[in-house]
Amino acid sequence: MEAASVPAEEPRQRTSEAAWELVSKYGLIALLLALPIYYGIQDLSDDGDLSRLGNNLVDGLSNGAIWALVALGYTLVYGIIELINFAHGDIFMIGAFASFGLWGTLGLTAQTSTVGLVVGLFVTLLIAMVATAALNVMIERVGYRPLRNAPRLAPLITAVGFSFILQNVGILWLGASQVAVPDLVGSQKELVAIAGLSISRGDVLAVAVTAPLVFLLVAFVARSRLGKAMRATAQDPEAARLMGINVDTTISLTFLLGGLLAGAAGLINTLYQTSVWFFQGFTAGLIAFTAAVMGGIGNLRGAVVGGLIIGCIQQISDNRIGNEWTPAVVFAYLVLIMVFRPQGLIGEETREAG
Amino acid sequence: MTAIRGLRQAPWAKYVLPGVVIVAVALLPFFRPPLDGFMDDCILALIFVTMALGLNLIVGFAGLLDLGYVAFYAFGALVGGWWASDHFTGVNGEKGIHLGVGDFASNLPGIHINFLLLIVGAIVVCAVAGAVIGLPTLRLRGDYIAIVTLAFGEIIGRFAANGDEVTIFGDYAISNGRESISPLDSIDLLVLDQFDSALDLRPFYWTMLAIVLVALIVNIRLRDSRLGRAWVALREDEVAAASMGVPLVKTKLTAYATGGALGGIAGVFYGLYLNSINANQFQFGFSVFILAMVIMGGLGSIWGVVIGAVVLAFVNNRLIPDVLDQGFVNDIKNDIGLNFSFTEVTFGIFGFVLVLMMVLRPEGILPERRRQIELTEGTGPDESVYEARA
Repeated sequence: MEAASVPAEEPRQRTSEAAWELVSKYGLIALLLALPIYYGIQDLSDDGDLSRLGNNLVDGLSNGAIWALVALGYTLVYGIIELINFAHGDIFMIGAFASFGLWGTLGLTAQTSTVGLVVGLFVTLLIAMVATAALNVMIERVGYRPLRNAPRLAPLITAVGFSFILQNVGILWLGASQVAVPDLVGSQKELVAIAGLSISRGDVLAVAVTAPLVFLLVAFVARSRLGKAMRATAQDPEAARLMGINVDTTISLTFLLGGLLAGAAGLINTLYQTSVWFFQGFTAGLIAFTAAVMGGIGNLRGAVVGGLIIGCIQQISDNRIGNEWTPAVVFAYLVLIMVFRPQGLIGEETREAG
Repeated sequence: MTAIRGLRQAPWAKYVLPGVVIVAVALLPFFRPPLDGFMDDCILALIFVTMALGLNLIVGFAGLLDLGYVAFYAFGALVGGWWASDHFTGVNGEKGIHLGVGDFASNLPGIHINFLLLIVGAIVVCAVAGAVIGLPTLRLRGDYIAIVTLAFGEIIGRFAANGDEVTIFGDYAISNGRESISPLDSIDLLVLDQFDSALDLRPFYWTMLAIVLVALIVNIRLRDSRLGRAWVALREDEVAAASMGVPLVKTKLTAYATGGALGGIAGVFYGLYLNSINANQFQFGFSVFILAMVIMGGLGSIWGVVIGAVVLAFVNNRLIPDVLDQGFVNDIKNDIGLNFSFTEVTFGIFGFVLVLMMVLRPEGILPERRRQIELTEGTGPDESVYEARA
């Protein structure tokens, strides 16, 4: 009896396992495609073409470029010390606030000449990036470094605390309500229209700033000596230390890079959305974290891909379901990814995944 | 000297201090007027104590960092909103459904259910919600759990906030969104007069105190039980616990369910006490507020958590609005040119508490011994529990 029941049970086990494998392999991709396909069909039956969906995707990609920059900060930090830097979204918010403040200092308005605007924005970009990077490094030094050997939850709780502190700094800075910002570049003005798709100045700007930064970052991590140290530390901090790498400096450098990108994202977001709000960092942080997890946390390329995808999802949801539901939609995706494919689309490159 | 030491070691000695404190707390209302701002603060503090004790089961004992505890408050409050108000006006041909309510409520339309049954309802709803929230976290490691619970808390908050757009059973919205469900039935235990927060706060106080005592007993008994030891084992080393035969799924889900149930009880009471259910209450900040109480008191330390909850509740409801924003502190602040109110930055202050506690004294004010060792000396590399599945 028993001998007979064993082979009978095995195939069933195998099918269920195979089914699970199939779900975890393609389930996420199917889920991601569900929204665009559903609305694509709806568009085809309502309007006869896909231009509405196409425009959603164009806006989504430029929005996603901003999320990608923030997501890179999450993924860099997680890759190296396995900490969800909860305050990262709020660093991004501080970047946005700093940019807005700097425009006032530099006297940039919508009437400033093109040359003045370009120079002014470039200066703003540099200062905002340096400021957020310094802030991020400082938080690491004060809040996370003393907890290097504590259980994992300890620095996470500190990070939540810092997130709240930064939000309240935001409240003290510009008040608790949304602040409208001068539309310096005319971000909603259409630049070109191809096949029913309207590409605005904001879209181009977002991609134009994001793409070089991402390439610089990837090149830095892949080619430079310090980047090599970062990768070594991410793989095995103890061994890296034995090889003469200063682990603490390398970790600080990682926070510095994350802060730089968050500052840049803050400026672009301010230009693009033409408003700043103390709470924008919280939402942005969670969206970007979802992006980082979607791509496979610790994976730079994954964070960019995840950012672009989540930007599209967010845009479709904003436009079709209603923006009051967007956080719920994004979080639902986050939970589903966590359940079905916690290693993300591309797979993570952290210590634990081996 | 020896006599004192002998007394200290007597088997009943450890009950003396808690006993004295509880009697003192129970007698407190006799020394205050029936309607009193201080009594109001005390009732809120007791509500937060219950919630913090619930969160302590999840975070302190089982080591599952829950950043979405507000979900249980939301569910508890909504149970009150659904079943103790005229929210579902049209049920039973506009005559309403009534179960064990006093004379006043039994003529109103909508569903009206006795407070004690509401509590049972909240326990059931929140325990189920806890288990559902717990399910996706089973395969995840510590910090991912935090994010998933946070996501759930936000999703539920969103549903409460936009609930006026979502209808069930025909035309009933699941909540009134950012406009409150109000008024709610006041607490009516039938043997006493119906409680009235406009006349006398003391019955609310004693009812909540009774709930706190139940929560305390639940906490203490669970800590010393097989289940409590399983939680601690799980917290310290999940893989080792699993290989020693601790059923991971069951143990984790029970932690969420029990912790959630306590939050739900407090949520029902809070909703009825405030007499309105408003989605603006269900924010992420609330979860962090409760978490700060647990951290401040000491993760896993029952009496520490009670102290932490009382302290932060009073900081939130009395110190910040009534002391720091008024009188000489406010004058000094304005004199040196800082014109903000501390009420605006309440959550920043709690964030600061979190950071300060974690960096300087991670084990809390009144540490639990075992947890203190873990937090100050570390548990060694926190290995992946990715593959650990029961």
